[in-house]
Amino acid sequence: MTRKQKRLSVILGALAFLGMATGLTFYALGQRTSFFYMPEDLQTAAVPAGQRIRLGGLVEAGTVLRGQGTDVAFSVTDGTDSVKVVYAGILPDLFREEQGVVTEGAFREDGTFVADSVLAKHDENYMPKEVAEGLKAKGVWQEEQ
Amino acid sequence: MPMSDTTTTNSKPGWFSALANPTRFIGLADRIIPVLAVLTAITLVVGLYLGFTAPEDYQQGSTVQIMYIHVPFAWLSMMCWGVMSLAALGTLVWRHPLADVSLKAAAPIGLVFTGLALATGSIWGKPMWGTWWVWDARLTSVFVLFLMYLGIIALTRAIDDTSRAAKAAAIITLVGAINLPIIKFSVDWWNTLHQPAAVFRLDGPTIDPSMLWPLLIMAVGFTLLFFTLHLTAIRTEIWRRRVQAMQRIAARRADGRTGGRSEGHVR
Repeated sequence: MTRKQKRLSVILGALAFLGMATGLTFYALGQRTSFFYMPEDLQTAAVPAGQRIRLGGLVEAGTVLRGQGTDVAFSVTDGTDSVKVVYAGILPDLFREEQGVVTEGAFREDGTFVADSVLAKHDENYMPKEVAEGLKAKGVWQEEQ
Repeated sequence: MPMSDTTTTNSKPGWFSALANPTRFIGLADRIIPVLAVLTAITLVVGLYLGFTAPEDYQQGSTVQIMYIHVPFAWLSMMCWGVMSLAALGTLVWRHPLADVSLKAAAPIGLVFTGLALATGSIWGKPMWGTWWVWDARLTSVFVLFLMYLGIIALTRAIDDTSRAAKAAAIITLVGAINLPIIKFSVDWWNTLHQPAAVFRLDGPTIDPSMLWPLLIMAVGFTLLFFTLHLTAIRTEIWRRRVQAMQRIAARRADGRTGGRSEGHVR
């Protein structure tokens, strides 16, 4: 091995170790590095009532109920489980049924999630209005998360 | 001289080693920079025109147009660190004399692109998400990148000894390169508020072609801008080091003539 190759292999070896250390750290942190819980995660996470968490998922179709003023109730689902959420405040422009949202708040004793902030999660699909309508007309439209 | 082992082990000096000669590099840069600058201007003008005339998104409306600058800024914030990491290898492995100059010159450009990516993303986030900032994995890892640029800039300017500064900056840059895959895959590995990749993904882009083309042209335009700025900054840094070396020689000569006065006042 030339000196250059030796230097290169020392550097690559050090980087591999560093990468592994970083990977293990994040693996150990697990769920805590995620920005939000999905309803399904809550089955295993056992979050006590009153503890502040973020809950994310899709707004379940047909569950949005508007009350007095800015009161609103809806369910957040990930396809397997769903959680009932109540919120009083202004909703972001992108909020609607089947839209991804991230809510922040805490569970009440009765299992309802009381949110004090609702953020809309945008998906990675970008298209003009005509294309979106064309897809819906052809029946190949799919809401993804 | 650090170059000695390169010349003995490398039988055929290619273009890469030829660039090690700063005078030859400046000659080349003088010819390339104007061409790159013109290409940058043309591509950005075309890209901006296409971006402004591109159709509105079906759910974001005209806010989607922020994407045409935000995505190139974010892409360049990462590519710049990639260029710096290659330069760091050049310093540590091949002892290429221009590698350190290239690393030092790239850092402020990367810092500006990262700052612009954070700012434009924030401006998009307020109307779309409903918040300027959240500490999710993507936003946090890019913020860490921003801080790392600040750290490298401080480090390369804090140590007076050029070769020691070069080595320290190269090592920190390579350690920081671990952040690049974290930024890229943060949206896949963790639940984030930031949307997943829309262009570079295994199953192809999820952006309609009418919006993808302006985005790609803008990305090419800003990439050309990066290389224009980077080459110019390298040339400036070479000149700066030459001036410094000449000042040192002049100070030493002046010292000799006046009989060993301190050279402190020249700096």
